[in-house]
Amino acid sequence: MTEDRKQETENRKQRDASCLFPVSCLLPSEIEAIKAEAGHYETPSAASIEALKIVQKNRGWISDESLKEIAALLGMAPAELDGVATFYNLIYRRPVGDTVVHYCNSASCWMLGAEKVRERFCERLGIELGETTKDGEFTLLPIVCLGACDHAPVVMVGESIHHDVDEQQVDRILDGKR
Amino acid sequence: MPTIEIDGRSYEVEAGANLLSACLSQGLDLPYFCWHPCMGSVGSCRQCAVIQYRDAHDVQGRIVMSCMTPAADGARISIEAPEVKAFRAEILELLMTNHPHDCPVCEEGGECHLQDMTVMTGHTFRQYRGKKRTHRNQYLGPFIHHEMNRCIACYRCVRFYRDYAGGDDLGVFASHNHVYFGRHEDGVLENEFSGNLVEVCPTGVFTDKTLSEHYTRKWDLQAAPSVCVHCAVGCNISPGERYGKLRRVINRYHGEVNRYFLCDRGRFGYGFVNSDRRLRKAMIEKQPAVSGEAAQQRLSFLLAQQRGKVIGIGSPRASLEANFALRERLGADYFYAGFGVDEHPLITAIAEIMQSSCARIPTLREIEQSDAIFILGEDVTNTAPVMALAVRQAVRNASFEIADRLHIPRWQDEAVREAAQQEKSPLFIASCDRTRLDDVATATFRKAPDDLARLGFAVAHLIDPEAPAVTDLSEQERSEAEVIAGALKRAKRPLIVSGSGCGSLAVIQAAANVALALPEKAKALSLVVPECNSIGLAMMQGRLLNEAFQLASTGAVATVIVLENDLYRRAERVVVDRFLAEVEHVVVIDHIGHETAEQAELVLSAGTFAETEGTLVNYEGRAQRFFPVLAPADDIRSAWQWLSDAPGQTDWRHVDDVISALAQRLPRFQSCRDAAPFASFRITGMKIPRQPPRYSGRTAMRANITVSEPKAPDDSDSALAFSMEGAESARPPALNPGFWAPGWNSNQSVIKFQDEINGHLRGDDPGVRLIREAGRASWFREIPDAWRVLSDQWLLAPIRHIFGSEPLSALSAPLAERIPEPYLALNPDDASRLEVGEGESVELELLPQMERRVLTVRLSAELPAGVAGIPVGLPGLPGTAFWKAAKLGTIS
Amino acid sequence: MIMDMNTPLTKNIKPDRAFATLDNYLSTGGYEGLRIAIKELTPLDVQRAVKDAGLRGRGGAGFPTGLKWSFVPMGEDAPRPKYLVVNGDEMEPGAFKDRLLIERDPHQLVEGVIISAYAIEASMAYIFLRGEYHLGAQRMKQAIAEAYDRHYLGKNILGSDYSLELHVHTSAGRYICGEETALLNALEGKRANPRAKPPFPQISGLWGKPTVVNNVETLCNVPHILHYGVDWYQELGRGEDKGTKLFGASGRIKRPGLWELPMGTPIREILEVHAGGMQEGFRLRGFLPGGASTDFLLPEHLDVPMDYGAIEKAGSRIGTATMIILDDKTCPVAMVLNLEQFFAQESCGWCTPCRDGLPWVVSILQDILNGRGRMDDLDTLARHTRLLGPGNTYCALAPGAMGPLQSALKYFRADFERFIRQNTEGIGRMTTKNTKGFSLSAVEGGQ
Ligand SMILES: Cc1cc2nc3c(=O)[nH]c(=O)nc-3n(C[C@H](O)[C@H](O)[C@H](O)COP(=O)(O)O)c2cc1C
Ligand code: SF4
Ligand code: FES
Repeated sequence: MTEDRKQETENRKQRDASCLFPVSCLLPSEIEAIKAEAGHYETPSAASIEALKIVQKNRGWISDESLKEIAALLGMAPAELDGVATFYNLIYRRPVGDTVVHYCNSASCWMLGAEKVRERFCERLGIELGETTKDGEFTLLPIVCLGACDHAPVVMVGESIHHDVDEQQVDRILDGKR
Repeated sequence: MPTIEIDGRSYEVEAGANLLSACLSQGLDLPYFCWHPCMGSVGSCRQCAVIQYRDAHDVQGRIVMSCMTPAADGARISIEAPEVKAFRAEILELLMTNHPHDCPVCEEGGECHLQDMTVMTGHTFRQYRGKKRTHRNQYLGPFIHHEMNRCIACYRCVRFYRDYAGGDDLGVFASHNHVYFGRHEDGVLENEFSGNLVEVCPTGVFTDKTLSEHYTRKWDLQAAPSVCVHCAVGCNISPGERYGKLRRVINRYHGEVNRYFLCDRGRFGYGFVNSDRRLRKAMIEKQPAVSGEAAQQRLSFLLAQQRGKVIGIGSPRASLEANFALRERLGADYFYAGFGVDEHPLITAIAEIMQSSCARIPTLREIEQSDAIFILGEDVTNTAPVMALAVRQAVRNASFEIADRLHIPRWQDEAVREAAQQEKSPLFIASCDRTRLDDVATATFRKAPDDLARLGFAVAHLIDPEAPAVTDLSEQERSEAEVIAGALKRAKRPLIVSGSGCGSLAVIQAAANVALALPEKAKALSLVVPECNSIGLAMMQGRLLNEAFQLASTGAVATVIVLENDLYRRAERVVVDRFLAEVEHVVVIDHIGHETAEQAELVLSAGTFAETEGTLVNYEGRAQRFFPVLAPADDIRSAWQWLSDAPGQTDWRHVDDVISALAQRLPRFQSCRDAAPFASFRITGMKIPRQPPRYSGRTAMRANITVSEPKAPDDSDSALAFSMEGAESARPPALNPGFWAPGWNSNQSVIKFQDEINGHLRGDDPGVRLIREAGRASWFREIPDAWRVLSDQWLLAPIRHIFGSEPLSALSAPLAERIPEPYLALNPDDASRLEVGEGESVELELLPQMERRVLTVRLSAELPAGVAGIPVGLPGLPGTAFWKAAKLGTIS
Repeated sequence: MIMDMNTPLTKNIKPDRAFATLDNYLSTGGYEGLRIAIKELTPLDVQRAVKDAGLRGRGGAGFPTGLKWSFVPMGEDAPRPKYLVVNGDEMEPGAFKDRLLIERDPHQLVEGVIISAYAIEASMAYIFLRGEYHLGAQRMKQAIAEAYDRHYLGKNILGSDYSLELHVHTSAGRYICGEETALLNALEGKRANPRAKPPFPQISGLWGKPTVVNNVETLCNVPHILHYGVDWYQELGRGEDKGTKLFGASGRIKRPGLWELPMGTPIREILEVHAGGMQEGFRLRGFLPGGASTDFLLPEHLDVPMDYGAIEKAGSRIGTATMIILDDKTCPVAMVLNLEQFFAQESCGWCTPCRDGLPWVVSILQDILNGRGRMDDLDTLARHTRLLGPGNTYCALAPGAMGPLQSALKYFRADFERFIRQNTEGIGRMTTKNTKGFSLSAVEGGQ
């Protein structure tokens, strides 16, 4: 478990113990961050994507429960927010691993061996594209051009970009993470 | 009027229209999907393409979407150019790549806009070899089936549901060709107008579950021009019948009333017609009568024996003809209106105000055009749903003004919404509890009825100092009134909406004062009444129900004839019990069983709207005729027939005779003769068929019984025939069972019947306005004192529910699923004072009769302190608001 | 210094530096353009300068920037607030130029934003960044904070009565967000469907208010125009068009990369001099001059200058000016499939031709590559290139997607036919290594 998540579980335990009626599953820190974002816009609902990202950063994905609470916080209907959440591919409405590996499959990377990179990830992780490892550590997803075509193939692991990735580098990335 | 050239011919078109609606208004065929006549254009489907040429020298032109292009003067376009015809066929082909081709089992089949457009574009050959994308369907509640694979992503459903009807639980999810239209999770679609999805969806994604229960193709349904009986709006409907059962109700366009949409009560509330509780046989002393004639004789006997001691109780849900027949049979002195004891004065006052020229009574179309609205004491969505839909559109008028300034055409829907953002025309709602229109209100005010009235009186005085002033206004009341008065004064087309909803005469009078205070041309007042013929009955001026009760207690009533009415909904149980005991002979004429009927000595089985003809007067005083969609079976007869067929009594043979007699006897009903053509009407010698030209299986329908086809029932009462033979065109709208035009099998065929898109029906919208304002109205001056919370007593404010408050629709099984459990609404502070929480029980001691009731508590943050909300008409609760106050206590 | 004057956009971007700090930026004349604009010029003066300089949009469409600004209602009666929005979505395959500017010299963009916002009297500006640019977002936020500290942003900028707020919005994927009106919807927290034009954003944009959307690189030009003058800027171009441009190239070339060069630099110079030519063992088959949504050009076009007009005459578009090189060992049909899969997946799903036409194109290309193709499939593909052409769809995504397809059908028809013939002649199925597609749905959560 990452530090953030441990903290989250801890916070939740504390809150559930101290409060008879848990009004919200969102953490006070999340609520605060969402409100701060909302303040930058004409309408709170404009912060919907940022709000989803704030919560997703903490929890890895957006559960139905989180979705409803974020919607309430921004004055949106759940259906409306879910329409937004499911539109954008970087919002996950299903659980993903602690680290999401995005391998670029657009033209330049594809030409320079993205498929080999993908195959190596699949082989090393024992999963297919779109799946999560059993231990919940990794999810492998394709992504469109990451804007580093001069260093193709490119992979984004979590938030960090890796350039000129070949099979050896896949091994190094994964070894460094485990 | 701009002139445009279409394929070399010149046409004069409406100013400001887009090319698509201009072409359609000219009667030309042009396929479309995402455009909807009253929801504007968004340009997403790309189906409506035409070629536009720059000028006479441009021979190439370019493809434009007709729905997104203004029909500017001098525009030159082609619908027929081969390249654009090919383009449209290709777009359709794309829409069909994922469509399941399940027409044989699809309930939209035969009235499918997608089918029509496929034929129209000429796409016939499938070339796509790939896999179709598939979706999972959702459970959407008792009204609507979901079959997402049929979706062609025209976005109309969400645009109707969210943008037009204000729903928030239907959305669009995902992207690219996975776009999905549904709820964010399985569950009941909550919006009151969800049923329109069935008609708005151009294919079979959303279909009518109630039709599905006993499915029949559109072309096999017998239909009739009819009017919804579930509230006072009077939406025009087209009920469909097969095998003696009513199978569905769909919208029938009326240019001033409902136009394109119905509410779910009206659409799905028809189940009572087929219900087990129907009274199909005449009953004498709880036994089926030997024959209808025997029952008739019993009635004649009772009437003959007891001259002077027979009274009749009419009904606001019965037709003018039925009520008039009763009144005529027994004499005006013996005719009691049959309104609830509490509502009689309210409805009477409303009818008087309407006839007093205090203000213009707007049609729904006019309501939509209002630029400032003040709703006083009425939860319109629950009492006159489609009127609420019109109010919801009216708040958009501000956005059209913004769009005009930015030169954005009003029909460019998304752009208008974006430009306007939250900008709305003023809508003020003053009511006891929250209402379903609050989400679009400029401001809401929650008050007890007396205080609502005071607010209204204060607003009236601020607008016109001649209006009586409220002398002891608080600071807050004054500032509230100023805000409202200011907005109404600034408006060009202000509107006041009120009604009997909160059970207060003062509120109605206050609303009338506000309307009267408005400048001469701007006075507009819309008063909501609960039932489909409340106004018609009020105009007949029957006596008070309480007087009947009193009379009976003196022993002066031997026989009472109760017409289409359950007295237990109209007065307190003890009172009704006593009354029925005191009267020797109780006769009930009704189509549906109820507690009053159970106690009747003689029950005469009447027809519902589906089996009889009659006239209803809606909230605007419009008399509208409905016609039977199926011939009555068993002992079922029109109520007026039961009352008139007694030998020697009248010379009424047809309903037209009753109408003529009514017009003669009561001149204010004079013009109701013109609500629809009489039975003698013919089109080149022919009657109008109720069955579509493709009605099939007629000879096989009864083959399991006998192969010989029985003669079609005769309908000597109207110009309609239970047949597929007859006049196909030039039908007067009042006699048109439904819309169909060559190539247009879906409901979109309505555009072929309008004088222009969204306009009036060609040949004039049906019905006649009975009320021509006359005379001079005067101010109401009885201003109530400010209401004070009593320490041990709660004021009971009626709460109306679209599902449950109206008794007939409540009998429809799918609708019954949506009826809330009976409850008592309390402000949270009051609840905690009583130490009860949501869902807990509370005991009511009803004043003054001291009857006791136990109800569960529902918290309502917006109810004023000291006011408890009581839902009207829910199971076990009275149908009108005669409980005024209660003491509350916890259950020991 | 002379060298730097020729590469205004990248003069602070040094290989030895992680990124240009505020001090670095100030040391080469940073915020001088802002000072001049605010202290010496009216907003309309700034508009005129940018118009006269001949700056054209660097986001792909090449619309003259000053002209775009001139449609914004100005003066007392103009609707307010007005907005300036920076398009930093950069998601088109092959494009990697804006990231460099954002990450390596963030103050240049901040300054460009402030001056441009001033020119249209905007009081609020947003930098819209694609969600994957984490580092860029961090550096932009830092630069903005510094700019606030120095009164380049916020109330009464540099003591004037002009005020501006600037905020970074990070998105969450979807190429369509780069389309300027879809971007506005995304910024409003909605589904990123594009909007109909008219009304143009300058009249009714963000929250229905006047709005200008400009590309990152476009705005980075603005400070220099103000600082060094219109004449200097015009001198920078080598051909018809003015100024410098970031040109990039990726694929099997020796030195994939990005170079700031004068507009009008011939393609050959970019590929052979700067990119070092093709890698050993590979020959140039063709190239997409401006990213995934432009038409293929052939070696015969190498001498065309990178100017808007010249490239168009050659049959393509300058687009983002970041080229994707097709070598002789990569199957053009498979490459087109890769591109079309991208476009099909990134379609917003609003209009029919794009939503349902692109998946059809993908399925035909898959069939062809998998030996199930038929000759008439080529007609169907050609039909789509017309059906999804400009004006027929709601936005420019689908017409862009048709660029590589229609040009491949023209230039590489033999390759398509070879696959198809192997089917009809029954020689057995041929697949190339690079054809493996992925399900369009693999990426998404939700329905
Ligand atoms: C599908 C699509 C994606 C686009 N993506 C981008 C983008 O990522 N960045 C960008 O600056 N412009 C993009 N554009 C172009 C913009 O719509 C717009 O023309 C541009 O931001 C205007 O800025 P400019 O005038 O400074 O070039 C895209 C256009 C389309 C149709
Ligand atoms: S609004 Fe009233 S009259 Fe109209 S459909 Fe609904 S219930 Fe029927
Ligand atoms: S009806 Fe015109 S684009 Fe859909």
